[in-house]
Amino acid sequence: MNSAEILIIDDEMQIRRLLEITLESNEFKVVEAATAKDGLIAAANHPPDMILLDIGLPDENGQIVLQKLREWYNKPIIILSVLSDEENIVKALDNGANDYLVKPFRTGELLARIRSAMRSSTTEEKYPVIDCNGFQIDLSARTVKKNNELIKLTATEYSLLALLVKNEGKVLTHQYLLREVWGPGYINQSQYLRVFIAQLRKKIESDPNVPEHILTESGIGYRFIVKD
Amino acid sequence: MSGIITNKATKAQQYYFSILLICLVSAICFMCSAFVSYRVVALLLLLTVSFIAMTFNSYPVLIAALLSALIWDFFFVPPRFNFAIHDSVDLFMLLMYFIIVLVNTAMTRKIRKVERAAQQKEDREQTVELYNTILNSLSHELRTPISTIIGATDNLLTEFSKLSEQNRHELLTEISKASIRLDRQVENLLNMSRLESGFIKPKKDWCDINELAHDVVNRLKENLGNRTINVQITENLPLFKIDFGLIEQALSNLIYNAALYTQEHSIIKITAGVKDEKLLLTVEDNGKGFPEDEIDKVFEKFYRLKNTNAGGTGLGLSIVKGFVEAHNGTVQLVNIPEGGARFTIVIPAETTYINNLKHE
Repeated sequence: MNSAEILIIDDEMQIRRLLEITLESNEFKVVEAATAKDGLIAAANHPPDMILLDIGLPDENGQIVLQKLREWYNKPIIILSVLSDEENIVKALDNGANDYLVKPFRTGELLARIRSAMRSSTTEEKYPVIDCNGFQIDLSARTVKKNNELIKLTATEYSLLALLVKNEGKVLTHQYLLREVWGPGYINQSQYLRVFIAQLRKKIESDPNVPEHILTESGIGYRFIVKD
Repeated sequence: MSGIITNKATKAQQYYFSILLICLVSAICFMCSAFVSYRVVALLLLLTVSFIAMTFNSYPVLIAALLSALIWDFFFVPPRFNFAIHDSVDLFMLLMYFIIVLVNTAMTRKIRKVERAAQQKEDREQTVELYNTILNSLSHELRTPISTIIGATDNLLTEFSKLSEQNRHELLTEISKASIRLDRQVENLLNMSRLESGFIKPKKDWCDINELAHDVVNRLKENLGNRTINVQITENLPLFKIDFGLIEQALSNLIYNAALYTQEHSIIKITAGVKDEKLLLTVEDNGKGFPEDEIDKVFEKFYRLKNTNAGGTGLGLSIVKGFVEAHNGTVQLVNIPEGGARFTIVIPAETTYINNLKHE
């Protein structure tokens, strides 16, 4: 594959410069825009493989830019934000963002998020088997194994885990998980989610208190990670 | 004491109370009028009005003065039950009565004005003092990492070739540490200003305290050196309806604070429990504890312990207090007899034991 092209829409020159250096030294091609208007034009003229979008743009609210992009753009969009404000982030995720990063972010975190978003968009047909550190999930056979031993999961536990695994690397909001696993009537019943996440961790994590796979995004949701 | 009553009494209450008092004193005097001369009654009423003048606003005082003068004239001055005054001395007394009351009212007003000005001056001085403390601690806490960053980058930009590989790495590490420290302080300042603006409304949702506590510990791990963190939370704790983010921050500040003020290899213990529909969270360490005379002050904004080298803007604990109080909860600090300090957070919250039920 040719080096993937990433469009950065951010009004802060220093941030754009930092991202450019970081991304180019990791073999991505970088295109930049400083305003919402330029960003939308750049995206339309030459659709990139991914967009990094700042929520606080001078000429237009990033949430609206996100909605406009999502009318036609299917590839990953990662939100950059200085607000550690959960509501804004949840809104962006609901508006179709794949992931978010709160400034200041660490470079390692940025690259991990970019790679995982790229991966999930290139593999349209989800790989049916995940295998890492003695932990196996086979989505077609509906089996989960730890150190070759079958883990018994209830139907709900399995649907929750399968949903997280299918969206590996991506943060899924509480509401999304509740709607998909329990149904639209359960959106405000987060107690179920808490309980089932705790149970899943007990079954699949080596140390449920220091989870390596099911990570908590405080106030936002959960993220499934496969460590290589 | 009377000052406090005045501040709380509404205007209407002041009128009622003045009139009531005058009537009461007049009634008592009336009953004793067989033994008490009506001129003594005038003095007694004057005393009552002066007392009212000391505590109440001018208008209720004037009403009281007018009322008492009429009562005195009607019920006490011979001929009684009649407004007529025949004796010129009595007429003179009535006139003097009014003048004294007016002077009294004017003087009290003046005294109050002076008092208020003095109070304002004192308040201003305290504000200036607080402001200076804030500026000192802030400029130290912000400037130290900024100086590090500027100094280190200057070195790297101008002396790059002269620096050894190891020194370059060291400078870069210092820049990294300084920026993380700066970020933490800015976070604290932002949280403080959120609290100050009264902007914080907890977004309550069901929380697994076990998950919350471990999440805090896992996030903080690299800032804690080789201190041992011991999380002791009972398995069957219910879920609590609280704001995950705010309580996470509060707990994080307590643990970070414990790490800041204890030696390496110290033990920090975190427990959680439930009592009477309340969440109890404790963070204790086995350090030196707090000086007893400063325990009450540690939650004050910008307060920093005397004789301490550890950094900090004095914001961390006041943010804990603010976030906990936003949940109508309390936070307390005690020294443990065996050594060390224990912080206890108590938050009234809805609970559910759904996690202990059999599902499916």
